[in-house]
Amino acid sequence: MSAIAETAAPPMPPRMITARVVSVVKETHDTFTLTVEPESPECANFSPGQFSMLYVYGVGELPISISGDPHDTGRLVYTVRSVGKATNALVNTKPGQSIGIRGPFGTSWPVDEARGNDVLIVAGGIGLAPLRPAIYRILRNRDDYVRLIVLYGARSPKDLLYRKQLSEWGRLPDTQVLSTVDYGGVNWRGYVGVVTTLFRYVRLHPGRTTALICGPEIMMRYVIRELEKRGLPDSDIHLSMERNMKCAVGFCGHCQLGPYFVCKDGPIFSYTKMRPWLDKHEL
Amino acid sequence: MSATLPATGSQSVIEFSALTALISALRRRGYEVIGPVVRDGAVTLEAVEKVEDLPVGWGDEQESGHYRLKRREDNAVFGYTVGPQGWKRFLHPPEVPLLEAQRDNSSFRILKKPPAPVRYAFLGVRACELAAIRILDRVFLGDRYVEPGYKGRREAAFLIAVNCTKAGGTCFCTSMGTGPRAASGFDLALTELPGREGHRFVVEVGSEAGAAVLGEIEHRKAREEEVREAQAAVDNAAGQMRRAVDTEGIRDVLFDNFEHPRWDRVAARCLSCANCTMVCPTCFCTTVEDVTDIAGDRAERWRKWDSCFTDGFSYIHGGSVRLSVKSRYRQWLTHKFAAWVDQFGTFGCVGCGRCITWCPGRIDITEELRAMRGVEASA
Ligand SMILES: Cc1cc2nc3c(=O)[nH]c(=O)nc-3n(C[C@H](O)[C@H](O)[C@H](O)COP(=O)(O)OP(=O)(O)OC[C@H]3O[C@@H](n4cnc5c(N)ncnc54)[C@H](O)[C@@H]3O)c2cc1C
Ligand code: SF4
Ligand code: SF4
Ligand code: FES
Repeated sequence: MSAIAETAAPPMPPRMITARVVSVVKETHDTFTLTVEPESPECANFSPGQFSMLYVYGVGELPISISGDPHDTGRLVYTVRSVGKATNALVNTKPGQSIGIRGPFGTSWPVDEARGNDVLIVAGGIGLAPLRPAIYRILRNRDDYVRLIVLYGARSPKDLLYRKQLSEWGRLPDTQVLSTVDYGGVNWRGYVGVVTTLFRYVRLHPGRTTALICGPEIMMRYVIRELEKRGLPDSDIHLSMERNMKCAVGFCGHCQLGPYFVCKDGPIFSYTKMRPWLDKHEL
Repeated sequence: MSATLPATGSQSVIEFSALTALISALRRRGYEVIGPVVRDGAVTLEAVEKVEDLPVGWGDEQESGHYRLKRREDNAVFGYTVGPQGWKRFLHPPEVPLLEAQRDNSSFRILKKPPAPVRYAFLGVRACELAAIRILDRVFLGDRYVEPGYKGRREAAFLIAVNCTKAGGTCFCTSMGTGPRAASGFDLALTELPGREGHRFVVEVGSEAGAAVLGEIEHRKAREEEVREAQAAVDNAAGQMRRAVDTEGIRDVLFDNFEHPRWDRVAARCLSCANCTMVCPTCFCTTVEDVTDIAGDRAERWRKWDSCFTDGFSYIHGGSVRLSVKSRYRQWLTHKFAAWVDQFGTFGCVGCGRCITWCPGRIDITEELRAMRGVEASA
């Protein structure tokens, strides 16, 4: 039984289409990865860092980053942390069920522009999800990049996303993957501390490094401080911003951040653009 | 009736009694004519059929936090200035159905709904309101995405402007460069001459559609002194304006004064009631609400006007970005006079004065902006 969607005349473009849930896989105690098949396969094309608006029938619509491989065709993958009503409904969908999607929306990580450079990826918590498509793309074109460094922080070992993949990536040549947790517990033999503590284990080459950061704003601010200390220019630092979003197309006004609409001017911004705004409280 | 249509840009004269004929001509063409009416002690906008529906002989008194209708000494139809509502109510309605879906086993269907074809004719659009419509056009039609509902309503709309011959108590359109003369963007523009030589209107034709409608009603070519009289009446309104905003460099003034102590002072008076955003003809923010029937077989999504002053507006998981009233007021004013410039290449304010009139805290944005420049109000 497949979903039928018709072209309505929606006041919120682009029109919503339905997508069939193919699988829902548990990543951690509160985070799940959904794979969906949009009824129009061309809607599955996206660039790393972009997001969709996902609609759960009768519950609501919410912005979720695409976390899958941009090379895959016809499918979209999302990693969702269940924190409230809408995300909870989303992770509780069953294979075969349909959700509504609009998008993809927004700017993307400058993965192509980073060719010839080292790529440093710094993620906190669910922030690894929107960065995974960038990692997939880099690994697919591995010769175009020099080193790939992934620094990942989570609250505790049970909150670490994509653990198996992280350790696989870490075994690849010229690739350094370090994870840390705020609270370790007895069985944890890895790093303990906030993600910035990992900087002492990596050597950065300013001017030849592109940094991509996603996580809570406070974490991003500390990471940027470390990068500045190490001489990375603003234009080589990129971050993903989160704001309330109702429309994703610049109409609802909810996602404003200084002069920007995060939905269409972002979510990925260079630090050159974000520098004047990032430390403004209640902006 | 004249055989040839009046040319675009030409000036004609219609008598007071021809207003009903004008409304009827538009209705015959399938327009729903929306115009000013007196309702609940204010001039509001509603469907009108004849001149008697209009606020004939009414004027208004406006000050910060103050609005009162007043009888005029003459029979002027447009002797009031702007009321609490703007045309955004029709072009960008307070509630719009976004989506209707029907459950279909474990899936759902998005129902196809023909868009409601409304053709509005707006009677009495002031110059500042034409400017506000241009701003909404930029937001909904001039960016990456086009809002199809707005597009349909906007393209079908017939605009009859009215030049202001009296400034409202809170207006500052002259300083915003938006009025009081309606320069373009209308089909017809009226200047009311309620004078001794008979109550009449000088009509400027702004489009071919306007010419065609005017051609259907009793009109004659305007005499030169009538055109001059109309011009003088509009100049008079410009001369009456008591408020002004110095827009020179105001974008940077606001962005550079994020920590100005004045924000705390205005926050102490602001009730965060959202009135200013509701009455503002350019504030366009919306939220979305989901509704389902009891059985859950049908779900709808509605788009509704929202305001940057509400609690949930900036909510992201973990809490609102803008918790304090100070940050919300700052967002509003900074959006209007700074961010809007980056986003849309224009200010988000046309100087209509509504937010001043309808603020229960008697906050006057022209004063706040002056204070941001370090110039405190003398009063
Ligand atoms: C560009 C972008 C990408 C995102 N990517 C992901 C992702 O990949 N994975 C993930 O788990 N989360 C992601 N989020 C966050 C996710 O959208 C929110 O966690 C989610 O909207 C919370 O909704 P809720 O009802 O489950 O939670 P609650 O915290 O209970 O929220 C209550 C209500 O607040 C509103 N709300 C809360 N946050 C937002 C928001 N950001 N935008 C609009 N309304 C909101 C909604 O109306 C929601 O129903 C992303 C957010 C943005 C802006
Ligand atoms: S900000 Fe105030 S004066 Fe300016 S357009 Fe809006 S309501 Fe009118
Ligand atoms: S500025 Fe005035 S009208 Fe606007 S929210 Fe504050 S109290 Fe209400
Ligand atoms: S989400 Fe509506 S304007 Fe950005």
